[in-house]
Amino acid sequence: MPRVQFEDIIKTYGRLPVLKNLDLTIEDGEFVVLLGPSGCGKTTLLNLLAGLLDITAGRITIGDRDVTDLDPKDRGLAMVFQSYALYPTKTVAGNLKFGLSAQKLAKDEIDKRVTWAARLLQIEPLLDRKPAQLSGGQRQRVAIGRALVKNVDVFLFDEPLSNLDAKLRTEMRLEIKKLHDELKSTIVYVTHDQIEAMTMATRIAVMNGGVIQQFDTPDEIYTRPQNLFVAGFIGSPAMNLRAGRISAGANGISAELEGVKLALDHYPFRTPPKDGQAVVIGMRPEHFSAPGEAVADAAATFHLPLQTSERTGAEATGYLKFGDGLISVRMDPERITKFRQGDQLAVAFPQIKLHVFDEASGTRL
Amino acid sequence: MMTTIVERATNPGEVAVERAPRFPRRKKGISGRSIAIIVFLSICALFFCVPLYVIATTSFKTMEQIRQGEIFSLPSPFTLDAWWSAWNNACSGINCDGLKVGFWNSVYILFPSLVLSLALSSVTGYALALWNVKWAGTFLFVLFICAFVPFQIIMIPLIILSSGLKVYGSVWGIAIVHAVLSMPILTLIFRNYYKGIPQEIMSAAMMDSGSFWKIFFEIILPMSANILIVVLILQITSVWNDFLIGLTFGGLGTQPMSVVLANVVITTTGEVRYNENMAAALLTAIPPLFIYFVLGRFFVQGITAGAIKG
Repeated sequence: MPRVQFEDIIKTYGRLPVLKNLDLTIEDGEFVVLLGPSGCGKTTLLNLLAGLLDITAGRITIGDRDVTDLDPKDRGLAMVFQSYALYPTKTVAGNLKFGLSAQKLAKDEIDKRVTWAARLLQIEPLLDRKPAQLSGGQRQRVAIGRALVKNVDVFLFDEPLSNLDAKLRTEMRLEIKKLHDELKSTIVYVTHDQIEAMTMATRIAVMNGGVIQQFDTPDEIYTRPQNLFVAGFIGSPAMNLRAGRISAGANGISAELEGVKLALDHYPFRTPPKDGQAVVIGMRPEHFSAPGEAVADAAATFHLPLQTSERTGAEATGYLKFGDGLISVRMDPERITKFRQGDQLAVAFPQIKLHVFDEASGTRL
Repeated sequence: MMTTIVERATNPGEVAVERAPRFPRRKKGISGRSIAIIVFLSICALFFCVPLYVIATTSFKTMEQIRQGEIFSLPSPFTLDAWWSAWNNACSGINCDGLKVGFWNSVYILFPSLVLSLALSSVTGYALALWNVKWAGTFLFVLFICAFVPFQIIMIPLIILSSGLKVYGSVWGIAIVHAVLSMPILTLIFRNYYKGIPQEIMSAAMMDSGSFWKIFFEIILPMSANILIVVLILQITSVWNDFLIGLTFGGLGTQPMSVVLANVVITTTGEVRYNENMAAALLTAIPPLFIYFVLGRFFVQGITAGAIKG
């Protein structure tokens, strides 16, 4: 069974480096999401695996086959594209069958696979239609079907849900996850949507600037981001990041943050900080205490004026004035209506939920 | 109230409105500027219509009426004799078999020319647009330069080449020359159209099949109906209206209609039969006109489709 391995991949467009000495190993049966902002090289990496782009240097292996120089059709992959890329002049059945055209199969085997995929994706009534006669969600299913019929071990998805509306996206998300559970195939999935990544992936590779910043399970990436980029990228609203300075002495370790002293005695440092070290402290909005309430083992309690607030029905975010900027605090939407602009709120933050990064290198301490 | 709405809505072209609009829009009158434009356009139209009128009426006249010299008068008596004799026994040189020989020669030239030139340029355009061809840019540039080389310059080398290939003087000789000469411009048209096909469709086809010909015939060609019609019309018109290639590459038995027409008109034994000449000219012009009327709608569609996508 296949495991997909990228070894020391370099990709440049002319002089512009897109991927820099990238290594990545995707184990068999994993659902790996390549996540990152646009231009981070995630789609390039996927196209290199698919064979649609040539790598500048490096090696790609699937199982024990070196596929670096193989044609796309010979790599044993199936891909679902962002725009679905259905063949407009072919019917749904024709689209599915064309997916098998490189494999030289007997006619009844082709029919068997098409029927199987159509049933699995509930597109049987659509088999005689042209793509133009389908809705966005139906097209998406056909595109997935065209990949499924190939019966390959590795599936590639290139932002497949970004053209769907929010409701359909949630539905298809669950469906793709269900497919993965049923087929147990390896999936490499590119997206810039962190909700998709967090909900579907077994592991996420967060990419930025052609470099994999962190490759870990969704929980690990959320609870222990390895560097400032991952910390700022994962989470919505984004993590509050503030520069501060460590003071380590006889009476414990603490950090000074815009005049507020944060106790760090119980923070699980991986490398002990030095006195006077410049750091960046990260606090997720959802980990602040409710206004006026205390938390056990608080790093500090902030007394800050409310500047503005946003409500999205299920949840609310208050923006508190802190130094020159704002920090966002997740709140109960019913309680936030009681506060006015300028009201002084007291919110506490627990030590164990803090994220401390070295300011110079950006790595987690 | 409801019934009136239903009644009004059934009138075609009228929109059902419950009551008079509160803010009716002022109707725009005809301005002086648009009058000037209409006058200008009318003059332009006359410029083309008047000669056409003279040609058409003359072709239906008898020689007696023509000799009176009133070129704008309507034909009386009205006769189709000139059309009949132009088609059947007008003299081109010493052969008096009429235009019909040239017509069928043109048809025999047309089909191989169309098949050859469309096949050659669509496949070349497809390869240049959608496959990674080395030196594609350079090739395209050379092709583009070739589009500007006048046929007259390379005529004699081409004649030597085609006689070396043993096709000189045959329908195939003319067809090959048409295909080669139209290739630069048609390839550019196809290439630009195929460049507009979404990259992801091509990527999907590469992963599904990867075969140059299978992708072309099953995916790309069915998507090119619009541009095929545009090219078809361009090519039918240019092959049908061509004179020089037919004159120089066609043997005596394979002269196209345009060449026969010219011979009919310049043959001067006895009196000049104006009515026959006019009828012959109109007969020759009918096929491209017919194509435009039948396929004209698709022509506009095809051009705009190319414009938006390319």
